[in-house]
Amino acid sequence: MKNELIDFTLYLADNALIIGHRNSEWCGHGPVLEQDIAITNISLDLIGQARNFYQYAAQLINEENTEAKATEDTLAYLRDGWDFKNSLLTEHPNGDWAQTITRQFFFSVYQYYLYQQLQNCSNEQIAAIAIKALKEVTYHVKWSSEWMIRLGDGTEESNSRLKKAIDNLWMFTGELFDLSAYESVIYSAWNIDNDKIKNEWESKVKGILEEATLEIPVNATWHQSGGKTGTHSEHLGFLLAEMQSLQRAYPGNEW
Amino acid sequence: MNPEEIFQDKIDQEIKIEPKDWMPEKYRQTLIRQISQHAHSEIVGMLPEGNWITRAPSLRRKAILIAKVQDEAGHGLYLYSAAETLGISRDEMIEQLHSGKAKYSSIFNYPTITWADMGAIGWLVDGAAIMNQVPLCRNSYGPYARAMVRVCKEESFHQRQGFELLLHLSRGSEIQKRMCQDAINRWWWPSVMMFGPNDDASPHTAQSMKWKIKRFTNDELRQKFVDICAEQVKLLGMTLPDPDLKWNEEKQHYDFGKINWEEFWNVVSGNGPCNKQRLDARKKAWEEGAWVREAAAAYAEKRKSRQNIQAA
Ligand SMILES: [Fe+2]
Ligand SMILES: [Fe+2]
Repeated sequence: MKNELIDFTLYLADNALIIGHRNSEWCGHGPVLEQDIAITNISLDLIGQARNFYQYAAQLINEENTEAKATEDTLAYLRDGWDFKNSLLTEHPNGDWAQTITRQFFFSVYQYYLYQQLQNCSNEQIAAIAIKALKEVTYHVKWSSEWMIRLGDGTEESNSRLKKAIDNLWMFTGELFDLSAYESVIYSAWNIDNDKIKNEWESKVKGILEEATLEIPVNATWHQSGGKTGTHSEHLGFLLAEMQSLQRAYPGNEW
Repeated sequence: MNPEEIFQDKIDQEIKIEPKDWMPEKYRQTLIRQISQHAHSEIVGMLPEGNWITRAPSLRRKAILIAKVQDEAGHGLYLYSAAETLGISRDEMIEQLHSGKAKYSSIFNYPTITWADMGAIGWLVDGAAIMNQVPLCRNSYGPYARAMVRVCKEESFHQRQGFELLLHLSRGSEIQKRMCQDAINRWWWPSVMMFGPNDDASPHTAQSMKWKIKRFTNDELRQKFVDICAEQVKLLGMTLPDPDLKWNEEKQHYDFGKINWEEFWNVVSGNGPCNKQRLDARKKAWEEGAWVREAAAAYAEKRKSRQNIQAA
């Protein structure tokens, strides 16, 4: 159970860090100043959540192994791609605004229903982080939903770009509900209902897509997976190479 | 009293000029130029620091840097809004930036090469900006003065964070110390130039001082900046790249070396290392965002007409 807890905590942390990092790539390049600020805010929220989870994971790791000396930064900067457990969706490149919005929307809705359950779980630290994060995630869901609707029901161009983004990303959403071994252990220990999360996710996504005058892709029966257990897309390696460059180039320095 | 006299009288009595008040056309134009240039500097200034967001070496530093660059976006927003009260739209101002008609601070045309640049920019560039901007909190135009109060609070926070970053490097490994000194060497003179030409080469100063949209001359502010930095650099155990920097007992100020004005004017006129890169990045963001802005406008329009139908 201890190892599964560590893995699950890292999964939560990696998800938040990687999508937060992706969003931060927009900073200074957004389509309009107000939205540049908004996406950067979301990035900051997510990196903040990641730090909370990493700090807790580090504590657990150090309890387990007194020589480990894990910190939030060793976990973020000194693990390799196969150690990262984030879902494939979160590492997907930004693409255009439609793709970023769609990625955020799919992910935030998932995070929202997951945290809804985690806030009542028997692990006090995880529950506390989830409660605090829910305020932020509620806003992320609202913000990304509004953009989904705006783009879907905006112009012809925005509608077709959004459609394309949904088609591109849809096959990465199934993984969110594919339980890895560590999730299965944690979910049953904490009475987390994966089917409920999945149903709530589907009905929310369907509702917003309807408002956006769009539909769930019809022929999407197959989905990608692997992220949760460390088999990632080609994209993650580049992200990590960039993110970890200083820590890797100058080992042992403090920044 | 005629309108011009009433206007000057208000200024002399330190009464703020507000958007609906009568003002000389030249005052309006000078303010539009100054405020929009300032707003553009905030926005273009996001780019050199944004360059390191994805490579920030710790999660804490990453969060601080993102928040800082985001603050600059906020400053741009306040300032564009202040300028809009003078009868120019944000789109027009952005158009002027992209066409090269409007300028932005030349400092952002220098590259950010190492992580230490994040510290040097905070300490020196935000530091110089504060020196310029604190007096602007008392400038005669109300919306601008109020925007500057908010901006200044955050800038001094940025400056402290930048200095703290350098202090950390200065106490670190050999390579970190080297990074620290190297960044100071590269950012020092461009920062000194941020105060603009010498007073004898700054023809608008007298009028701007009379209108109280400028409170101190370029050289006064520059001297103040040099005096402060010459002391602070000692805390870092680093040096400023100026062999002529020396305390002058008689003047009670630091003497400092000759500024390379040829470099300054070249960078201003487009020949800096990153002028093209910065402007291209801004234009690219704007052009690629066009369909997003159009979609938002189209959707808002649809919603409005739907509401009208419902109401009818
Ligand atoms: Fe600023
Ligand atoms: Fe600043």
